[in-house]
Amino acid sequence: MNQQEALFRFALRMGDNSVVLGHRTSEWCGHGPVLEEDIALANIALDLIGQARNYLTYAGEVEAKFRASAPLRTEDDLAYLRGEREYLNVHLVELPKGDYAHTIVRSFLFDAFHLPLQQALTTSKDDRLKGIAEKAVKEVAYHLRHSSEWLVRFGDGTQESHQRAQNALEDLWRYTGELFAADEAEELLAKAGIAPKLADVKQEWSATVDRVLKEATLKRPADGWMASGGKKGIHTEHLGPMLAEMQTLQRSYPGVEW
Amino acid sequence: MKASAPSEHSVGSVNAAEIERLLESVKDPEIPVISIRELGVLRDVKVENGAVEVTITPTYSGCPAMDFMHLEVEKTLKQAGISNFRVKQVLSPAWTTDWISESGRKKLLEFGIAPPPHSADIRALKGRSPAVACPLCGSTDTELLSQFGSTACKALYRCKACKEPFDLFKCH
Repeated sequence: MNQQEALFRFALRMGDNSVVLGHRTSEWCGHGPVLEEDIALANIALDLIGQARNYLTYAGEVEAKFRASAPLRTEDDLAYLRGEREYLNVHLVELPKGDYAHTIVRSFLFDAFHLPLQQALTTSKDDRLKGIAEKAVKEVAYHLRHSSEWLVRFGDGTQESHQRAQNALEDLWRYTGELFAADEAEELLAKAGIAPKLADVKQEWSATVDRVLKEATLKRPADGWMASGGKKGIHTEHLGPMLAEMQTLQRSYPGVEW
Repeated sequence: MKASAPSEHSVGSVNAAEIERLLESVKDPEIPVISIRELGVLRDVKVENGAVEVTITPTYSGCPAMDFMHLEVEKTLKQAGISNFRVKQVLSPAWTTDWISESGRKKLLEFGIAPPPHSADIRALKGRSPAVACPLCGSTDTELLSQFGSTACKALYRCKACKEPFDLFKCH
């Protein structure tokens, strides 16, 4: 794998994580438990989809450089015309939204990873990744603040909310390992100073998780078997149906615009 | 929106200051009292050999108003009889609420939106918001209802003195 291909895969993964979590988060639009939360999640989904647009546009441009024979793929081509096996997002973001505790815990586990990752990317040697991160890092800081506050409210709330938050943590913990398991592209870019070492990101993630769980009176689950495969395009059974819904318009009416 | 200036000049004679004046009529569609220059979205206007280049930057990655503002800039230039132009969107340096001008902050307040706290520092973002004054009665006895208000760039507050809810333009 050369550096251009690694950059393509990395930009694609950043975009895929954001577009998939953005879509899952948007599923709450009109169904939020309270109006303020409905609006908050719609705004967070919008941030994520905006970030995905930046990453997917870049991925398409990088791909056109190292795969000279292939036509340039736009952000829309990449989001709407790739199949499940071509998506490189982690499993954590594709899982169904579940109850509100699952939604908040999933967002929290991802946001606590996403913030140090974006912070590190603001010093990337790749100017484009740096520019996208400078914008995204402030948005993600608000996402983490939102999910942390709700997690504390649930954990340190009623017996019911505490139990639901703890259950969600136990259910989702096995999907956190994949966030930090670097693949060939991520290792190559870390050596080139383009993306951070995921081990460094994990240290910060772990510290945030410990700090917030303590305040939320929740117990950090023990590390056990960890799911993986998303980074290679091997997904859970949940991504396919989600993409089918997300892509149905472009698949049914190719090139449709409004 | 104000009527666009009549197209009295040929492309060769326009200068950057005139274009900037012209673009004063392009407002944020969500906050129609503030222009894209006052908002800090309009970053640069260059005129070289009669070719106009306008640089704009998004407030948020997913700001749905960005495409609208982009189109409005194009429309305004065309209506002024300028055809040789390019509107460029840049991400870096990233927009910050510190770029909202003093006149912009004043207009936000008059519109009923509390202007953002200064210095969009990542440490300030992670911490608690400083005291926010109610744009209606001026009291600082206010409370945060939600980090995310009617748009991504605003938070929802309530004034405990006059009991009215209001938006805060978030520090970014």
